[in-house]
Amino acid sequence: MTTNPSTQPNARSSMLPESDVVIQTENVSIYYGSFQAVRNVFLDIPKNRVVAFIGPSGCGKSTLLRCYNRLNDLIPGARVEGKITYQGVDLYDPKVDPVEVRRRVGMVFQKANPFPKSIYENIAFGARVNGYKGDMDELVERSLRGSALWDEVKDKLKQSGLSLSGGQQQRLCIARAIAIEPEVILMDEPCSALDPISTLRVEDLIHELKQQFTIIIVTHNMQQASRVADYTAFFNAEAGDGGSRFGYLVEYDRTENIFNSPKQQSTQDYVSGRFG
Amino acid sequence: MTNPSDRVISDIAPGEFDTGVSSGRKVFGNVMTGLVFACVAIAILPLASIIFMVIANGLGRFSPAVFTELPPPPLVEGGGFRNAIVGTLLTCLIGALISVPFGVLTAVYNVEFGRGNKLSQFVHFCTNVLSGVPSIIAGLFAYGVVVLTLGTFSAIAGGVALAVLMAPIVIRTAEEGLKSIPRDVRQAAVGIGATNFQSVFSIILPAALPFIATGVTLALARAAGETAPLLFTALFNQYDAKGLREPIATLSVLIYNYAISPYKNQQELAWVAALIVVLLILAVSILARALTSRKVY
Ligand SMILES: Nc1ncnc2c1ncn2[C@@H]1O[C@H](COP(=O)(O)OP(=O)(O)O)[C@@H](O)[C@H]1O
Ligand SMILES: [Mg+2]
Repeated sequence: MTTNPSTQPNARSSMLPESDVVIQTENVSIYYGSFQAVRNVFLDIPKNRVVAFIGPSGCGKSTLLRCYNRLNDLIPGARVEGKITYQGVDLYDPKVDPVEVRRRVGMVFQKANPFPKSIYENIAFGARVNGYKGDMDELVERSLRGSALWDEVKDKLKQSGLSLSGGQQQRLCIARAIAIEPEVILMDEPCSALDPISTLRVEDLIHELKQQFTIIIVTHNMQQASRVADYTAFFNAEAGDGGSRFGYLVEYDRTENIFNSPKQQSTQDYVSGRFG
Repeated sequence: MTNPSDRVISDIAPGEFDTGVSSGRKVFGNVMTGLVFACVAIAILPLASIIFMVIANGLGRFSPAVFTELPPPPLVEGGGFRNAIVGTLLTCLIGALISVPFGVLTAVYNVEFGRGNKLSQFVHFCTNVLSGVPSIIAGLFAYGVVVLTLGTFSAIAGGVALAVLMAPIVIRTAEEGLKSIPRDVRQAAVGIGATNFQSVFSIILPAALPFIATGVTLALARAAGETAPLLFTALFNQYDAKGLREPIATLSVLIYNYAISPYKNQQELAWVAALIVVLLILAVSILARALTSRKVY
């Protein structure tokens, strides 16, 4: 019913005319051991824009996202083929130190995971390991303001980050990510565990953050993608030769095009909820 | 009971919900519950009787003198065993100073860096073997390595023997503690640009600290009661040891020596020493529980 990836695996749906590109994904395939989770992805991420990754569960959105700051290195057996460049530097060059990459490309996870430390320390820790020399109090305040959490926590900075509500914890994690002043922030379903009000706050936050940061956000929520993203990439999974399912990029375009006039039938089916 | 209103339907037989009506099922349940309580009582009995015995026999002589005086010569009344109390604290301290750093770092390697590789599997296996080694063998080891080298029985030798016994306990509990920290937190630390080292020592280890403290206190409780490994490492001393490099009295060896002595005063002192050891272990175990309840995950 849809595109057959084997007939057009290298469709360069990624070429976008506009703006500077910070991350280039060239023919990237990702494996867990011998299992191919993601196949032949070409995708360029424009600077200071929000890009949403959408698609059904298990199509490799998180897997691809983790490659952009080499967090897949932590998973035994994970392997990347193809080329991912950040500002022209090959991220998987043997000379590249993944720790340095992660200082430039921050991450916010699906489940809020503050450190079991005080709210203040949650933010100061990242700054300290990155050699921040400035005024720590000022940085903590600025980061918490940046994530719209300051007013709620300014009187209890010494309390444990784990004592906050789920939505507050997630905004604390965002504050922690922006405190290290990365250039790119990766967000893997940051709102999936949040109530609708907290979700809206985080979305507002994403709008503000894109003045300063490039953001890639994985979401299962179509409305969210259409609200926050400038560009949207639709991924899908399909059974390969051996019967195991691999994920691939179906279509990548401006968000309004993906939602209103997608070029692929499967994209149309997915965004209109007729998927399955 | 009044009539239920017409709109409530009921197919409950009269008395079906009442207590006291015995169906076979209920009788069986009650018998089994009783059986379980009986087993619990039997399991607690040894502990209860030990505590009862040491209190009954030891409390009579329990006095400040026990903590401040030295053991008197045979046939002399009174006295205490401050030398043995100091000795037990000292040997346990030396044991902890050796076993805790080694044990915790071993656990850190196994869980955080080795992650199930060949070496960490081997270390894990060795830890299991070590925890099964009879304590007298640990004493022999310390005798061979420390006593023969220094040429004297000493607190150091006793501490080394205890350290060998404490290490597996520390390693195991520290491993459990480290494993209990969610993977998310490690990813978060690494995700903001912390090195593996920074993430382990600034985030994960502090979060696991209550666990580790529990392990250390449990190991101390074990060490405080050990006799066999101290018999030919710390030996015994009628007087205060003047340094770490001479024989030193400990509570457990004092109990061993005096319990089998024919003199009544020494037998009484042995009971008091037993009481103090039991109280010490009890206090340390309660401390361990309190520490465990402070864990963050
Ligand atoms: N750590 C892992 N080890 C092995 N396979 C994995 C791992 N993480 C994900 N996968 C597999 O890779 C595929 C893509 O997963 P994921 O990237 O989590 O998808 P998504 O985020 O789109 O739901 C799935 O088939 C999943 O089972
Ligand atoms: Mg995912």
